[in-house]
Amino acid sequence: MEPFIKIKSIAIPLDKVNVDTDQIIPKQFLKLVQKTGFGQYLFYDWRYEKDGTVKKDFVLNEPRYQDSKILLTRNNFGCGSSREHAAWALLDFGFRAILSTSFADIFYNNCFKNGILPIKVSEQVLQKLFESRSEIEIDLEKQTITNDDITISFDIEPHWKKILLEGLDDIAVTLRHNNEISKYENAQRNSSLRVS
Amino acid sequence: MNITEKILARASGKTKVSPDDVIFANVDKVMMHDVSGPGVIAVFEKLKKTGMKIEKLWNPEKVWVAEDHFVPAADKISAQNVVLLTQFTKEYGVEKHFKYGMGQYGICHTLSHEEAMVLPGEVYVGGDSHTNTTGALGAFAAGLGHTDVAYVLLNGKIWFKVPETIYFKINGKLPDYVMAKDLILKIIGDIGTDGGAYKTMQFGGSGVSEMSVEERLTLTNMTTEAGAKSGIIEPDQKLRDYLAQRGATNYSEVHGDPDAQYEKIHEYEASELDPIVAKPFSPENITIARELSSVSLDKAYIGSCTGAKLEDLRAVAKIFKGRTVKIRTEILPAAISIFRKAMDEGLVKIFMDAGAMVGPPTCGACCGAHMGVLAKDEVCISTTNRNFPGRMGHVESKTYLASPLVAAASAIAGKITDPRDIK
Repeated sequence: MEPFIKIKSIAIPLDKVNVDTDQIIPKQFLKLVQKTGFGQYLFYDWRYEKDGTVKKDFVLNEPRYQDSKILLTRNNFGCGSSREHAAWALLDFGFRAILSTSFADIFYNNCFKNGILPIKVSEQVLQKLFESRSEIEIDLEKQTITNDDITISFDIEPHWKKILLEGLDDIAVTLRHNNEISKYENAQRNSSLRVS
Repeated sequence: MNITEKILARASGKTKVSPDDVIFANVDKVMMHDVSGPGVIAVFEKLKKTGMKIEKLWNPEKVWVAEDHFVPAADKISAQNVVLLTQFTKEYGVEKHFKYGMGQYGICHTLSHEEAMVLPGEVYVGGDSHTNTTGALGAFAAGLGHTDVAYVLLNGKIWFKVPETIYFKINGKLPDYVMAKDLILKIIGDIGTDGGAYKTMQFGGSGVSEMSVEERLTLTNMTTEAGAKSGIIEPDQKLRDYLAQRGATNYSEVHGDPDAQYEKIHEYEASELDPIVAKPFSPENITIARELSSVSLDKAYIGSCTGAKLEDLRAVAKIFKGRTVKIRTEILPAAISIFRKAMDEGLVKIFMDAGAMVGPPTCGACCGAHMGVLAKDEVCISTTNRNFPGRMGHVESKTYLASPLVAAASAIAGKITDPRDIK
């Protein structure tokens, strides 16, 4: 995966709560199993008319947002089905970071595994970002979000930070430590009684 | 510790765990289906491209596979995906592959209990968000994405952050014509679709003891709609009997300690509940069924892991007997074993006499994929679990979520109907 160190881009404001994974990538595209190419189907029903023409009034289709790498969205983003295709589609479209007040659990984890940084921010910060039209810089090393008006820091688990900074594959990384994990597990097991 | 903490402690070889601890748990069972399976296979392919050799799975006996979302094969691509799954299970020696058209098969979450694939005290993960369902068997059951499932297939373990538990204490007994579905819709309406986010929702109290195992499964099934990591119910004699009927007697139950801690306790009086309906476009958008009696319908759908278990079908038959449906009605038992029992008990005859269509088990129309999706502006009452925009078909169709009794009464009346008003 491409390492995530620092990105700077205008953010697409998707002013919706409870966006479920079927809105992100509708069910008819789940049959496709390649990880790339899903970007064209992202938010399909919101982006396209029935005849396939582009809906001009949907925010993702506005010309000024075409190279955006950051998505701003409201509470409980990614709820519903566990389909990892949702993360694939967001990445393939070009998103590397998603900012919201909260994310659904399975979706949140799926993001990290696909090189996307989901950041939880407070209601007030999110509102400020929605109102600002300036570019946002996200610095993962420093864990900061900066635009013309504010600089705030954000939290991230050290494991996920490392994975993203180095562009590592989560499974490959963990399997590389298989021996240490087994050793640790055995030591733990020997040092403590099992609960019945 | 509560039951979830004790299961996770045991699975990670620890004497004690607390909420927010990160643990590395041994997994007892892992499941994938015809949507998550091909996704997992794609992850395998990607790993292989990096030079990794994948010669075997961690333990093929602990892996099981279901064909449920796109069967009967909706088109050429879904047919190909089933072929892909079959190649995978053959290559890696996974014997528990429930195949469409070959005896028992059905919706993965239904098979988990019908076939006693998961047992009390176990850690069970699956490539589907409604994996939570199986927590009604006293197991820790949680859904994962494709990458995580692939990881478990290779390693047999997975990281979890120990969730906080919200305890729902249900007192008393549900009145006639009120089902577990009404209770869980009420709970989701109260706490919201993110009210259980990264938490375990545990159900207990006399109201749950009174419930059958199948009804309990409806509660845990829809914890997903509150954003919960898992749902769980402690084992009791009803569960033991249920599992024994399915040949499972050898397992190690886990129960919470008397001083178990919960983040919050919500109490509900079961006897005070009315039939509830969730309006479009969210499961939290609830109201009592009687308030919607002016809503005309195009279709009733009785199906899915939530609302097509044997008792759900019996409830529908109770309403349908001697009556005729006024709207298009589809009944899809959630597994072949249920279909067969419904036939043996005469339920299928009642459905067909009422004019309803009976079809094969599939997730098909519940997720709007195939087998009876909705057209623009069509309105459906459904025993399923989600009613987001476009969930069951066209993005401008509407789905009302309800119990099997409410859905059946509505099918007879042609508009949303409280089953008590149809007697």
